[in-house]
Amino acid sequence: MLWLLFFLMTAIHAELCQPGAANAFKVRLSIRTALGNKAYTWDTSEEYLFKAMVAFSMRKVPNREATEISHVLLCNVTQRVSFWFVVTDPSKNHTLPAVEVQTAIRMNKNRINGAFFLNDQTLEFLKIPSTLAPPMDPSVPIWIIIFGVIFCIVIVAITLLILSGIWQRRRKNKEPSEVDDAEDKCENMNTIENGIPCDPLDMKGGHINDAFMTEDERLTPL
Amino acid sequence: MAHAPEPDPAASDLGEERPKWDNKAQYFLSCIGFAVGLGNIWRFPYLCQTYGGGAFLIPYLIALVFEGIPIFHVELAIGQRLRKGSVGVWTAISPYLSGVGLGCVTLSLLISLYYNAIVAWVLWYLLNSFQHPLPWSSCPPDLNRTGFVEECQGSSAVSYFWYRQTLNIAADINDSGSIQWWLLLCLAASWAVVYMCIIRGIETTGKVIYFTALFPYLVLTIFVIRGLTLPGATQGLIYLFTPKMHILQNPQVWLDAATQIFFSLSLAFGGHIAFASYNSPRNDCQKDAVVIALVNSMTSLYASIAVFSVLGFKATNDHEHCLDRAAPQGESGPPSRNILSLINEFDFPEQSISRDDYLAVLMHLNATWPKRVAQLPLKVCRLEDFLDKSASGPGLAFIVFTEAVLHMPGAPAWAVLFFGMLFTLGLSTMFGGMEAVITPMLDVGVLPRWVPKEALTGLVCLACFLFATCFTLQSGNYWLEIFDNVAASLNLLILAFLEVVGVAYVYGMKRFCDDIAWMTGRRPSPYWRLTWRVVSPLLLLTIFVAYITLLSQKPLSYRAWNPKYELFPARQEKLYPGWCSPPACCCPCCPCCGSRGSRFAQLLTRRRMWRDRDARPDTNTS
Repeated sequence: MLWLLFFLMTAIHAELCQPGAANAFKVRLSIRTALGNKAYTWDTSEEYLFKAMVAFSMRKVPNREATEISHVLLCNVTQRVSFWFVVTDPSKNHTLPAVEVQTAIRMNKNRINGAFFLNDQTLEFLKIPSTLAPPMDPSVPIWIIIFGVIFCIVIVAITLLILSGIWQRRRKNKEPSEVDDAEDKCENMNTIENGIPCDPLDMKGGHINDAFMTEDERLTPL
Repeated sequence: MAHAPEPDPAASDLGEERPKWDNKAQYFLSCIGFAVGLGNIWRFPYLCQTYGGGAFLIPYLIALVFEGIPIFHVELAIGQRLRKGSVGVWTAISPYLSGVGLGCVTLSLLISLYYNAIVAWVLWYLLNSFQHPLPWSSCPPDLNRTGFVEECQGSSAVSYFWYRQTLNIAADINDSGSIQWWLLLCLAASWAVVYMCIIRGIETTGKVIYFTALFPYLVLTIFVIRGLTLPGATQGLIYLFTPKMHILQNPQVWLDAATQIFFSLSLAFGGHIAFASYNSPRNDCQKDAVVIALVNSMTSLYASIAVFSVLGFKATNDHEHCLDRAAPQGESGPPSRNILSLINEFDFPEQSISRDDYLAVLMHLNATWPKRVAQLPLKVCRLEDFLDKSASGPGLAFIVFTEAVLHMPGAPAWAVLFFGMLFTLGLSTMFGGMEAVITPMLDVGVLPRWVPKEALTGLVCLACFLFATCFTLQSGNYWLEIFDNVAASLNLLILAFLEVVGVAYVYGMKRFCDDIAWMTGRRPSPYWRLTWRVVSPLLLLTIFVAYITLLSQKPLSYRAWNPKYELFPARQEKLYPGWCSPPACCCPCCPCCGSRGSRFAQLLTRRRMWRDRDARPDTNTS
């Protein structure tokens, strides 16, 4: 009798967990891709851990706090490593609805990933989309900050250039009166001919011929 | 010996001396900066690769020697001799040709409008490069956070960032949409920077040009060194430079080579005339023309080495992704994965199929399980296909290169360098374009003399900015493309033709040769005389006719980015509105033909002369 029950149980289990069965999910792990040399081998102990994580996730769902590890069934484990799993109810006759399992796994994906040192790309639950990390949105986008800095510098530079232009123009307007003074000064500068300053010649020993002396000439207009 | 009518000093100078370059280097760098622009980076490498690699250099060099250098020499010579901007120069040559000058100014203004819009895009990318990870490295998640945004998933993260997050492009040109505020800000910043640099004409431009003209060369060198050390660079370069001589039989190659050299040297803008007018009269413009043209071509070649080593790296990278594993979902990279598909489908152990075994395993599986293998999304991965996927224009800079940069270690730094280089390249070209507009305005005296130069440049920049806001609309990119591809090119060809013919025949070859002999100390050789008289005008006419013929063969169309298109992410081919035809695009050239235009210019110049004479009681008679 007991043997019959045992065979019945295994048969039912086998029926419950099959590739493509209702409420069954395929899982695919890429351990070697994720960990390289530090990859661990997938054995029954790892499967036990997996069942524990799934049971743990289900216990977080309201009304499913009584889920045990034995309620999680694994089958068709391949070398890839990939397998199918289902979660049964306490009676072990029916599988839990896919939606519930999906929600539970999604809520705890991070914990499950962490337990196996994997991430969303290397531990895939086919048909269960993972929640993506929220985009890292700083309150002020970086480009606005840099734009503000550059724009301020440019505006300051433009203002300085305009102001310096105005200042230069004012200085040039004052210059015409200064230019005349400079030309007078030129007149008073010593003229030098043949390396001998001319002025001393007038003073020392030279006679000034009055006939040729003309009144002080202002600079003739060119 | 008949000289040009000696420009009346009272009319040519603004009562003060004409501004001068501080030294020859500034003038040189300004001309080089104006000639070397975005086209050297993103057009020449593409043409080189499409038209048979090394073989393309043959038509390119022929066009350079018979078309580029002679016309360039003409521009520098007449600017230097007649010491005026384009309007003044053409009025001095013949009053009937003053329309050419006005056409140059109008065209320079229009081109500056959309060119600075492109510079604004570059600035946007530059500002976004200062973060890690780069914003175009991954798709944003959708509202549920279960996957990525659909449009991004269907195309790629870089395309999504360009078309959606930058341009927010409409699906149709008639759909103007709203102004994108971030682009408007960048446009304002670009125009502010341009204003800051040209505020006092060549006085300020001459100082800034040291940086804007030399920085691109520094960055190009860094990219060449970095690029050559990347894996796959040699494949890219070999693919680029392997000559395929049979392509030379296609007339399209010669047409593209001639147009490329023409636009690359920025001829017929009036910018080189303006720059040369600030030179001392006795400057060897002949040597300048040859040297600057050669530097421009060398820069194109140098840039293509940098670009194609990086593209070769990208192609190799994509090829490897195609073969063995996918890039994680939503990130840039081709979504197909061959080896991984096989492993997943048949549950083989991980990493059990190496790239070398792939084909053998595939054949074996195809024999045993053909149905299952047929279902798999296996792509044929050929390196040549990835190398072929080059692009030109904004597509190269904003899509292909940005993706390539993502795979280089230290991506933000490379992005900053790359877009910084593009920004300075665009800026230095803008200086020439704006100078081509402002110098004639100053010469002709559009504003009264007491208005300072800063105010004139400010008004011009402000007006340009306001008009250019139309390019920040959602359909702006489509308008920009037609401006760039058709309107600008056709008009420049017309103006250049009139320039060469005007100088060779109206001004007089003998007079021109005498002027050059006076300026450089030697008469131009028969090569120059022949090209000015016969070869260049003929070449330009042929190009113009060929261009018009090609354009008229089919209605003008553009490729729209339409997420709802069945073949998305392929671009949807749509027709431009009916009034957008080649004749309509020749509108900016109307001033050439309009006698009203030339009369107007005459009146303005004469009015300035009278005004100047009245303003000065003790006129110089020397």
